This record gives sequence, structure tokens and C-alpha cells, in this order.
Amino acid sequence: MASNNGSAFRKAFETKDFVVTAEIGPPKGTDISRMVEHIEALKDVVDGLNVTDNQSSVMRISSLAVCRVILDHGGEPILQLTCRDRNRLALQSELLAAWILGVRNVLCLTGDYISVGDHPQAKPVFDLDSVQLLQTVGMLNQGKDLAGNDLEGGTDFFAGAVVTPEADPIEPQMIKFQKKIAAGARFFQTQAIYDVDNFKRFMERAEADGVKIMAGIVLLVSPGMAKYMNKNVPGIFVPDALIEEMAEAPKGKRLEAGIRIAGRMIRQLRDEKLCHGAHIMAIGKEECVPRILEAAE
Amino acid sequence: MIVAERKPLEQIEGMIEGMQKILVAGCGTCVAVCMAGGEKEVEILAAQLRMRAKLKGIQRTVDEITVTRQCDREYLDQLAKYVGQYDAVVSTACGAGVQFLAERYDDKIVLPALNTLFIGVAEGPGQWSQRCMACEDCILDQTGGICPMTICAKNLLNGPCGGTNHGKCEVGDDRDCAWTLIYRKLEKLGRLDYMRKIQPPKDYSVMTKPGRYSHEAYEEAEKKEDKE
Amino acid sequence: MSDQTAPEPKAEPFEPKVVAFCCTYCAYTAGDLAGSMRLEYAPNVRVVKILCSGKIDAVLLLRAFEDGADAVYVAGCNIGDCHFLEGNLRAIRTVAYTQHLLREIGLEPQRLEFFHIPASAGPLFAQRANEMTERARKLGPNPLRSRRTERAGGKLQRQPDPHPPLPEAKLGRLIRHEERMAESQTP
Repeated sequence: MASNNGSAFRKAFETKDFVVTAEIGPPKGTDISRMVEHIEALKDVVDGLNVTDNQSSVMRISSLAVCRVILDHGGEPILQLTCRDRNRLALQSELLAAWILGVRNVLCLTGDYISVGDHPQAKPVFDLDSVQLLQTVGMLNQGKDLAGNDLEGGTDFFAGAVVTPEADPIEPQMIKFQKKIAAGARFFQTQAIYDVDNFKRFMERAEADGVKIMAGIVLLVSPGMAKYMNKNVPGIFVPDALIEEMAEAPKGKRLEAGIRIAGRMIRQLRDEKLCHGAHIMAIGKEECVPRILEAAE
Repeated sequence: MIVAERKPLEQIEGMIEGMQKILVAGCGTCVAVCMAGGEKEVEILAAQLRMRAKLKGIQRTVDEITVTRQCDREYLDQLAKYVGQYDAVVSTACGAGVQFLAERYDDKIVLPALNTLFIGVAEGPGQWSQRCMACEDCILDQTGGICPMTICAKNLLNGPCGGTNHGKCEVGDDRDCAWTLIYRKLEKLGRLDYMRKIQPPKDYSVMTKPGRYSHEAYEEAEKKEDKE
Repeated sequence: MSDQTAPEPKAEPFEPKVVAFCCTYCAYTAGDLAGSMRLEYAPNVRVVKILCSGKIDAVLLLRAFEDGADAVYVAGCNIGDCHFLEGNLRAIRTVAYTQHLLREIGLEPQRLEFFHIPASAGPLFAQRANEMTERARKLGPNPLRSRRTERAGGKLQRQPDPHPPLPEAKLGRLIRHEERMAESQTP
């Protein structure tokens, strides 16, 4: 377990009390200049850059290619891998490809359903689910593929998964959480949390010894966004107090209020030692991440 | 049973364009129960086709017949003395029945009048829902009789995804989250341990198309006959 | 199409043929009452007595149009008054479905209607009969009627079917083992 696989992200959990990652959404198209700006701005202020895989089932540049771009710019990438678009052959070859390109961290997800995205007519794959994908990573780490064949050189990925602390009902979510740990997940990134008390309760019942939990922080940009998420995004609950706080901010200052809220939450999570880190999703506003971290000091 | 729906009349009209003598052949089994292709639906479709032709001023004869099943040769044989008299047979069977009919009368144009939907159950009058994927490896014993391969949009085998939403699915509020149903059922039955067990990846090799199956009893008998 | 006169060569004024499927418990009785009350209503309406409006069937309704009816209506009890509890509810559904079928064919769905006519409503019976006749008059003759004689195909030819359907399969008949044993034992 203690072997160093060359993952700076993994190492950060050993050397720091509180690890921070940020999300990079690959662009739709080949112009990556803005994304590279974000990478340059973030790579030294966070411990890892987490690259989404056709997020929300919208076709974009592949996560793996962007991970390599991050490496080229001196950052630490975390590859997101979903089961939606690839069968077990494609998933394994993607993992091997990631390894030879220098990617050391992988986040295993099921993936949103096809119909929510921009190619709703596509054939959904879901050959494996996230638990089985984690097991697959475990097999590759042992030098074998999913069918049990020996590999000429295996991998040593630092594998993670996701969990939704606000899921309702929570019990089946917790059962799956335990299965993911059993299947080899070493770090967890949570769905966006806004209610720290709820998150505390989740951590108490999680029995997540030995795994690292990173609280998901999604930057609020308007009270409307908060209401929209409450209504439309499963597993996200923004308390009324935060919505009011956003609404009270004057029109031009709402982003500031969002940054203040995110910073305050990260500070509380860190100072109260509620979890091992935070994962910041500043969707479309990646340049704000350094300011969120400043606000967290 | 197999659940199907009638194609729009316009589409069926397009298939039989220029043909004068049409036999509408119904199937008295699954598609009769789901009100898509039984005796009565055959009558309706034939009447519609006749009326449509008259409105367009086209010469067209449309006759009707319904057999017990179109997926058994014995019943298809009953059509033998009739099909020769028609330009085409419009079958209101499921896709399997249409193919078997086309195979049995292979010099005849056989056309589908239905879209086959799924293997399902009658939820209520006029309402059906899918319940089985024919995945050839049933795990309902471990999931409280609720099929994650079918009810879960992503056919997840190890629990709900992050899209589960107060017991509903991220694909739409009109769909139940399979794993919430399974959890509640297993909890009620005191069998939650089944849910804690990691299910291995599905073996899709058994689903290689086209599926074939022969009953053991007949296999044995055939072997015996071969020996003798 | 609305105020078109009859296309028949005789140039007689168009007199619509209207078929009324009437539930025996309500609309048909209302028709009797209308007669006793000496109410006048359009003579174009041919009343067909059915045991319950729920007995009506898309096939029957289509047949009426196929045979040349200019308008058809189904008359059943008020909601909640059905002798068979929900026959009228089924009839409403069947009529709506058949309207869809007519639309598919290209025939005006307004030629078909469902009415509630309680047994005591003699005047309403007459009113509905006039209403539907007027509607048919406005819509003009059923285009299937005018072409019936020269172009009819299928069953409308009213010739004996040269290929009569096969004997009805007795699907779903329960065969009790006991009964069969008893049968087989009788000499």
C-alpha cells in the first residue's frame, strides 16, 4: 500500500492535512487555449486536477488527452473514467494508455445516462458499473486484465470513486460506498455539499477508515443556480440560508458571495478536520479557484 | 409477454403502395393481449386500409385472418391456402412472428404492421411496462425479484448511481430507481446481505445473437435416435 | 367541404345518415320518452340499441363509417350512473380512440361523438339527434358512401366471403384434470 506509484496527489495525503483538487472540463472543440490558461493558473495552487469524461454526456475532448496536457504543463492529473461510453476492452486499454502516458490517478464513475447529454440517440454502454471498474483497476494493478490474463507490465493506479452524501434514501448509497471501498477505492470525491452539518452526519456513519474523503465544493454563482440545483440535480441540497446569502449580495457581487461561501466551507471542513480534502468544481469559472482558496485561509 | 404497438397507418400505407390485394394476418397470442395485433386489431387495420384506399380512389382488397400464433409453423401452415391470392401479407405479429411468416412463405412479400417494444407485463388497462431483458442469466433471486438489468437504465449490478433521486431515476421522474426498489424489498425480506455482495461483471457472451435453445428432453431423444 | 351539396347525379338535397348507438338503460329509454312526449327530431337518425354503451367497439364504429354513415354517435349514461358501473367510461375512451383512427384514415373525427343522455331526458335525446344531423349536414356526405358502390373492396362487397375465417380457436379454456378424467371414464 505504501509503495509510491509516482502520484503526487497520493503523496499529498501523506504530507498534508488537507488536500485540494480542482476540476478541469475539457472543451468541446480543439481550441484548448482557455483550458491551458486554467491549467497554468491552477496547477501550483491545488494538489490535483481532475479531468471530466464527457461530463453530463456531452461530447468533448477525451479526459486522457487533457490529462496528458496537464502533465506537459507540470500539473498532477486525475483521470475520470466513466462506464457510459466504453466496454470493458476500451476501459482497460484506456487505463493502460493512461499509465504509459504518466497518469497515476483514476476516478471511476458510472457516468450520467446518455439521454441527458447532446447525443441522446447514442447507444449507452454500461458494460461494467463503477464497482466493477474499480475491481478492474485493481486487476490491472496486479498485472492482470479482467479476464485474468497476465500483462506485460501492470499499472499502479491510485484509484478513487464518488459518493453522494445527500442521496435520498441514503442507505443504498452507503451500501454501494462500502462496496466501492471493498473494490479498491482509496479516495472519494463527494457530490457537491452545502450543508456541513449533514456532511458531518454522513462522515460519522460512513465508517470510511483508511480511505480519503474529499468534500465536493461547487461554486455558487447566483441564487437561481442554487434553486435550480435543489430542484433538478439529484443529491444536491443547498440550504435556504445560503440561497438568501446569495440573493442578498448585489447583482455584480454575487460571484464574490459564492467565492466567500465556498472559501468559508473549505475553511470549516479543514479547521474542524471533518474530511481529508476538498474538490472544487468551479464549472466555467475555473479562474476563481485561487480566490476561493484565498478566501479559505 | 411480448409487447408491441401498431405502426402509424401512414407507414403501413407506404409499404403497400401500388399493391391491390392485401391479407392482414393477425397473431392471437402476446400481441392480441397487448391490443396491438390480435383479431380485433386486425379488423381495425383492415378496415382502415380499405377506407383509406377508397378515400384515395385506389382499387384495393383487404382481407383478414388471425391465427393462434405466428411463431409456430403449425399455425402458419393454416395460411397456406390463402397467401397465394394476395400481393402481400401484412403481419400484425411481433418481429419474430413476421420473420417466421416470411420464412414460411418465402416467395411472398411479408410486411410488419407493428413495432415490437419489449418483454413486459400489463400494469393496468392499456398500460404495459418492460420487465425482462432476456439476459440469459437471471439474478432475480438476489435482487428481491426486481431486475436491475431492466429497471435500471444503466443496468447497474451493484447499487444505485448518483442520479438516484428520491426513489426516481435521473433519466426521468416517471421511472423508478431500480436500486431504491431493490433496497426496500431486500430490507423488507431481511435479505440485505445480497445487496452487500459485489456482483461480478455480466457475462455477455451468453447473449451472443442470435440466441438458440433446444430443450434437453429433445436433445436426449435426438441423440438416442442418432445412435439407433 | 362544409356546405357542399350531394355529389350524386340526381342532385337531390343531401340527407345525412346518422347512426346512434344507444344504451338500453338511458339513451334508448330517453328515445322512447321523446316518442311518448311527441317530440320531433331529425328522421335521419337510425337508433341501434346496445346493452350498454361500454359494449361499443372501435370495429363496430369503423364499420358504420365504412358502410357509409355520415355521422355516428354513442349515447350512454351520465358519469356514475352506468348500470355496469364503468361501461360509459369505456365507451368515452373507445370513441376517443376511434376518432384517432378516423384521423389516421383521413376522415373528419367530428363525424363521431359521445353523448350522455339520461333516461329521463327525452328532450335532450331529440336535441342531440338534431345536433348530430346538423353536424353531418355541415360536414357533407361521408366520402366513403359515394364511392361505395363502384369501388368497394374487401368485406363491403357484401358477397359471401370466398375464404371464410378459420374456426375460432378456443384459447384460454381451462381444462380441469378431474373433469377430463371423469369424461374419459364415462363409457
